[in-house]
Amino acid sequence: MTGATHRSGPVVSVRDLRIGYRTGHGTLQAVKGVSFAVQAGEAYGLVGESGSGKSTAAMALTRYLAPNAELSAGDLSVAGVDVRSLEGRRLRHFRAESLGVVYQEPGLALNPTMAVGEQVAEVFRLAGAGRSEAAQRAHAALERVQLTPAAVIAGRYPHELSGGQQQRVVIAMALAGSPDLLILDEPTTGLDGRVETEIMALIDRLRAELGFATILISHNLPLIAAHCRRIGVLQDGVMVEEGPSERVLRSPRHAYTRSLIAALPDIDARRSRPASGADDTARPVVTVSGVSKDYHRKRALRDVSFTIGRGEVLGIVGESGSGKTTLGRVLAGLTTYDGQVTFDQGGRPGRRRLPQVQVVFQNADLSLNPRRTVRQVLKRSIRLLDGDQTVEQLADSVGIEHELLDRLPGQLSGGQKQRVAIARAFAGNVPLVICDEPTSALDVSIQARIIDLLVELQQRTGVSYLFISHDMAVVRQISHRIGVLYDGELVELKQSDELFESAEHPYSRQLVESALSLRRGWPRGDARAEEPGQVIA
Amino acid sequence: MGMSVLTSDENLPEPGALTPAAAAVQDVATASATPRRPRARALLRRPTFVISAVIVLWWILAAVLWKVVGLDPYSNTGKLLAAPSWSQPFGTDNLGRSVFARTLVGADRALLIGPLGAVMATILGGALGVIAGYFRGIVDTALMRVFDVLVVLPPIIFLIVLVTAFGSGTRALILCIGFVYAPGIARIIRAAVLAEMGKGYVASARLQRESRLRIMALELVPNVWPTMLVQITLSLASAILMTATLSFLGLGAQPPSADWGLQINANMIYLQQQWWTVLFPALAVASLVVSVQLIADNIKEVSRP
Repeated sequence: MTGATHRSGPVVSVRDLRIGYRTGHGTLQAVKGVSFAVQAGEAYGLVGESGSGKSTAAMALTRYLAPNAELSAGDLSVAGVDVRSLEGRRLRHFRAESLGVVYQEPGLALNPTMAVGEQVAEVFRLAGAGRSEAAQRAHAALERVQLTPAAVIAGRYPHELSGGQQQRVVIAMALAGSPDLLILDEPTTGLDGRVETEIMALIDRLRAELGFATILISHNLPLIAAHCRRIGVLQDGVMVEEGPSERVLRSPRHAYTRSLIAALPDIDARRSRPASGADDTARPVVTVSGVSKDYHRKRALRDVSFTIGRGEVLGIVGESGSGKTTLGRVLAGLTTYDGQVTFDQGGRPGRRRLPQVQVVFQNADLSLNPRRTVRQVLKRSIRLLDGDQTVEQLADSVGIEHELLDRLPGQLSGGQKQRVAIARAFAGNVPLVICDEPTSALDVSIQARIIDLLVELQQRTGVSYLFISHDMAVVRQISHRIGVLYDGELVELKQSDELFESAEHPYSRQLVESALSLRRGWPRGDARAEEPGQVIA
Repeated sequence: MGMSVLTSDENLPEPGALTPAAAAVQDVATASATPRRPRARALLRRPTFVISAVIVLWWILAAVLWKVVGLDPYSNTGKLLAAPSWSQPFGTDNLGRSVFARTLVGADRALLIGPLGAVMATILGGALGVIAGYFRGIVDTALMRVFDVLVVLPPIIFLIVLVTAFGSGTRALILCIGFVYAPGIARIIRAAVLAEMGKGYVASARLQRESRLRIMALELVPNVWPTMLVQITLSLASAILMTATLSFLGLGAQPPSADWGLQINANMIYLQQQWWTVLFPALAVASLVVSVQLIADNIKEVSRP
């Protein structure tokens, strides 16, 4: 069963796969008759939005499903083994030897109380290796995923590694059993663009060296297109389109695929860029000068200075841990800091001092009180921010239907929740709104609509944004100027177009490079041959 | 790309469709804020909850209605230490009093001191816990160090000291029990509040200059309420047992009260021959305490995300 023995047919063969979940109210179909095959050494991609059944379909290959799942299929086999027939010991052996899985959150996939070297060695020990042999092979495995010096890394605990390093460890573990198939379930979703590029390049290289097949599951169409030979598009548990990635992207046949492609943030277009408000730079809304912040001796921000003009959108990019979120919290006054942040009061009449900043957080699930209805939230916000709209007017302005007003956040979709969070920030005339990754927890199609909403609100009300994101395409779309944070320092601050054309700092160049490489010239390799406009149109 | 922007609803599949698929494979926390009604229904579907609730209800009825029904726990029926019979279902004690009547009437005291003590403890502990969790810093440290000291004192010994100092009247006992259980509750509520403080809705409220009192009362308390409810019930069970224990040790109720602990103490010497004098009050304490504990367990299970 191991490795490169007889490989006559495809590594993965799935025919008419159906998976449902039994619930209190009957069975809920998550996957409705999906078929696909993956050849040995092939890179296959499954793309779709949350709830499309892409993860469920792929995880069925490991037979790791919830206890209330009902599975039926015409064929479901990996490396010639019928997965449905496996039980107990044989199932465990199959999982250990035939496939590996890399999960979205490497931090959760690793045991926090165990050095990573031991965790990798454990896989070899379970396969029967002795203690010292397992340790040696673990070192080799870590070197293979370019974690060097392996001896040093092996002794580290997961929290001492960066997100990218953690994911390399998970990959090393997944590959420890020399599997025929590697399932990558959103492997780079929590990571920033530069690390994403590195991790995906590593996987591509290892696939070429070791000859395993990969199934890459993602909601990120450009990423899948860049790293897979063929892709399948899933919608509501049905595979609506399948084909070579180049063909699917250039001439999508199904309406859903077309809408997915249309919703992609367009790295080169400035379609929705708000009209510049930079004319009023003489009186910036906020002036930040020499701001530093340490968390227990760990530097989060160092000597950051900039201004945001009235009506200006300032984008802030940087990898996780670069201090982006801390910067947002400093401006919002949610944390202490050294240095100065001065708000221009704008000659407001001297009533009760109103808040100068509102924040739209990344995770709308957490930023709305689960026990308060939409109406309660909005009503209170209008009152506190001294707004002059009614709850209904405010709801209209962000596209929340009136029948949603008396619901609790738990009864709303992700996009609706984020709209409520946005409405809360716009309940009064607050001059600065900080958007901290407001769309990165959302599906692509909803992402596009939320961005459009933010742009529209900005143009209508003339507020300024500090727009924090790791997605260069999104930031470019919405920002007048972009600042690049690297290790707590603001290494570059330029007009958006200028940054994309002539980034000076090596780190900004890398960011721009990673962003462009995904959008340009599908398939990979022939990077600059295509005008991206053609692909996206 | 010209899609209609504002009014179009997000074309998601119905919310239910998202959860099982994602949860099954990714171990994502599934429950999207369970609405309240299903929680009540889920409780009613659990047999241990229903049985416990019926038992507690029985004792509440006994405590409230014994005077109405005309039970007499104090007068001599004429026969001393009579075995259970049709006329005296639980027999009589050494003074000829009906054990049946005394057992039912004993619920009165058990359900007065325990619950009021538990409510006291929850109000005091809950308020201090929310304050410590909200303000953090010095307030938190100061409160918590004091609580740490109080929590390590064995409750029964602590109570004995308090009762010796402040007397064993009903009011004093309620206050003492409230004081003894408050620190434990405060610590748990503080932990729950700290978890909530990390969430964006608290930050948003602060950014809108919402008053501290409103943030604590309207934003935080409703979200730690399930935890509080469990703590009320758990300390209730414990408080009932504690009152009985104090009476058993002679520090609580005094004769001729029908207090369960006192009955057990007074009749202990008859245990070998006239077991009914001890068994029924003991069963009464046990059934009430275990039932309340089971109710707490069930609430905890149901409100787990």
